[in-house]
Amino acid sequence: MDPNKQLYLEEAYELLADLENSLIELEQRPDDRGLIDRIFRAMHTIKGSGAMFGFDAVASFTHTIETVYDCIREDSLKVDGDLVSLTLSACDQIKDLLAASQDQATVDESELARITAAFQKLISKNNGPDSPKKTGVSDPGRNDTDHDREVTYRIRFIPHLNLFENGTNPILLLNELRGFGQSRIIAHLDKLPDLREMDPEACYVSWDIILTTAAPLNDIRDVFIFVEDLSDITIDVIDLGDCEDEDYLRIGEILFDRGDISLTELEGMLGKQKRIGEIFIDSGVVQQSEVTSALVEQEHVRSIRKNRGMGEGTSSIRVASDKLDSLVNLVGELVTVQARLTQFSATQNSPDLTAIAEEVERLSAELRDNTMGIRMLPIGTTFAKFKRLVRDLSTQLGKEVAFTTEGAETELDKTVIEKLSDPLVHLIRNSLDHGIEPPEVRRAADKPSEGTIHLSAVHSGAQVLVSIRDDGAGLDSDAIRAKALERGLISRDACLSEKELFDLILTPGFSTAKNVTSVSGRGVGMDVVTSSIESFGGSVEISSQKGSGTTITLKLPLTLAIIDGLLVTIGGDYFVIPLGSVVECVELSARDKRNAHGRHIVKVREEIVPYIPLREVFAITAAHPPIEQIVITESGDHRVGFVVDKVIGSHQTVIKNMGKVLKNIEGVSGATIMGDGTVALILDINRLTLRAEVDEITSFGRRSAVNQ
Amino acid sequence: MAKKILSVDDSASIRQMVSFTLKKEGYEVIEACDGKDALAKIQGGAIDMVITDLHMPNLDGIGLIRALRANSSFKFTPIVMLTTESHSGKKDEGRQAGATGWIVKPFKPEQLVAVVKRLLG
Repeated sequence: MDPNKQLYLEEAYELLADLENSLIELEQRPDDRGLIDRIFRAMHTIKGSGAMFGFDAVASFTHTIETVYDCIREDSLKVDGDLVSLTLSACDQIKDLLAASQDQATVDESELARITAAFQKLISKNNGPDSPKKTGVSDPGRNDTDHDREVTYRIRFIPHLNLFENGTNPILLLNELRGFGQSRIIAHLDKLPDLREMDPEACYVSWDIILTTAAPLNDIRDVFIFVEDLSDITIDVIDLGDCEDEDYLRIGEILFDRGDISLTELEGMLGKQKRIGEIFIDSGVVQQSEVTSALVEQEHVRSIRKNRGMGEGTSSIRVASDKLDSLVNLVGELVTVQARLTQFSATQNSPDLTAIAEEVERLSAELRDNTMGIRMLPIGTTFAKFKRLVRDLSTQLGKEVAFTTEGAETELDKTVIEKLSDPLVHLIRNSLDHGIEPPEVRRAADKPSEGTIHLSAVHSGAQVLVSIRDDGAGLDSDAIRAKALERGLISRDACLSEKELFDLILTPGFSTAKNVTSVSGRGVGMDVVTSSIESFGGSVEISSQKGSGTTITLKLPLTLAIIDGLLVTIGGDYFVIPLGSVVECVELSARDKRNAHGRHIVKVREEIVPYIPLREVFAITAAHPPIEQIVITESGDHRVGFVVDKVIGSHQTVIKNMGKVLKNIEGVSGATIMGDGTVALILDINRLTLRAEVDEITSFGRRSAVNQ
Repeated sequence: MAKKILSVDDSASIRQMVSFTLKKEGYEVIEACDGKDALAKIQGGAIDMVITDLHMPNLDGIGLIRALRANSSFKFTPIVMLTTESHSGKKDEGRQAGATGWIVKPFKPEQLVAVVKRLLG
């Protein structure tokens, strides 16, 4: 038997025994409040717990008796001898009911009915206390009609100031709503008083929640059930889930719909020329947050409707890709000319010209983004063909492999995707051939006989990280070392970290596979992958755990043609740092340098950041300015600073290739032409960082050698 | 660290059910048999939530809620009261005293968990 039920039975028998004693005492002292309370509590527990543990008959029978005693407690009924004997026989019935639940006795139904009727007569004489009302979570009362259709609600949750006083945490309520579906939550902070007048225990914030969900309205109301009388809550349906027209109400209409403004206020404003939201804010009719919230609602519903419309074929046209390429080139030229125009207008001191230049700047930036957007394709188009590759190869090699992908919707420049296909084929082949072990080996190593190759793509700043992860044998650093020695790639006493050893397999002519197979192992592959990825500004990273698998990550630039850059100068020369990886700029004074004792590190907000003095890297001999600038960049999970003389500002950078002679210069990924015709070099941050790391290690090695 | 919930009820079976259900969800549960016992047990340290019955000997649920709210350490602690359908008047009294929410008896374990999640996270 269920231990909960057992415990209930024991407790019920105990309560009944106690109840009988109390009843007999009550007959002597019918006005003893303590006794009446005790009887009521006993009935209450028998009923309440009974229903919870499945003794429904007991619960419903006891309910009537409990009600009668409640009336007595409230002095609307009097205790007399009849009542006591009636209750005592009721106790016997409860015992029978409990016993019946264990199949130990039968219940006299007619007696049960008689007692119930007698008690009910007492209640009806009295009209009873409160009529039973269903509240709380006992019955969510589901409304099952529109079950799978997603409806968008606008929920305005305006708590009273005293919301916190009974221990409510509104964040949990918002989180619960978030769990229902796609949602946008906007907080209104305009009621926040000055700090001096603020009561830290009062709730000044209110929220608008735009929620798209298939959950019934009752479930949403249920979230607020405990705060209903401590807040104003309005829930409106703003999208019924059947409209595919992307058009949604205008801002003014939304504000009107919500009752934030009146119709006359709306009409009065429509004549003016500014954006409607701004006008309302300026005129003080609504707060900024009201408009923000309305804008969010508009955006949310539009995107919901747009997504609904998708899949039924968005109209598109096919364009030859060289037409696109020439469009991008032209935009590039335009951006360069625009930069010249801006620069020229700055020297002319003519407001008219400046206005035109600014307009052109805005338009060309928009044109650039649009054009780049056209060239962006989801990477998933290449993913599909790898499924076939994995299937064919695994059958050929007699291995069991599951191929999973993630992030197929990640967008990349078309040209990058085209160049990515071959390297990915190499990498997946490698994983299949060298990585995943045959089923019997896997079983012996306590792994599932089916191996997994996972291909994923994810955005990270101005880069896209594409990684291939397998749960195979992993790289054997000893084997790599032995092979590298044999090939003369490293000297016998070279002391290399695991990461450096792994990087060796990226060098030409290296393969650790013991047998050359038809699939791979001839030592071409990884170096081809590296060089082709690097040819368009990407990089390759390997991490591996012997026995549990290898992950190869390709870091790819989002686009190849135009980037946003940060223009800096060192000794009169211009350089561009890709803005996507720039985190912040800080000053570097002579004192900071002294404090670091010759090490290239600086403390930024309690965090130690290493920096690279570009002046030294590019051997620029011009004098140092008294205060230099550090541009702090982030790539992957670490921060590196670059020391420059001056930070000029952001610059739309049209990337030009360096030409055959100069293209192998380390640390420079290209060049750009500025408005006045000057050439600025685009820095390759990853390469520079990598080189600095290598230099650091070798010089450290030398230093420790000297010390020994 | 597991969140600590104090379950106050004079019925051992309810306490066991509450405690069994919540422990399964990863909460830590302390039991007290009435309001007085509850007040004695919270002396020890921080409690993240209180679930209390209303009808109890010595000190009833309403009294316990008042006492807790008067104590600055429990001013904002979520308190859930267990009520019965026939007593919406009691529910209002509990709200006045400062209860955060309520569960109507009889209730199922899932309903208990849903309310605890809503108020305690």
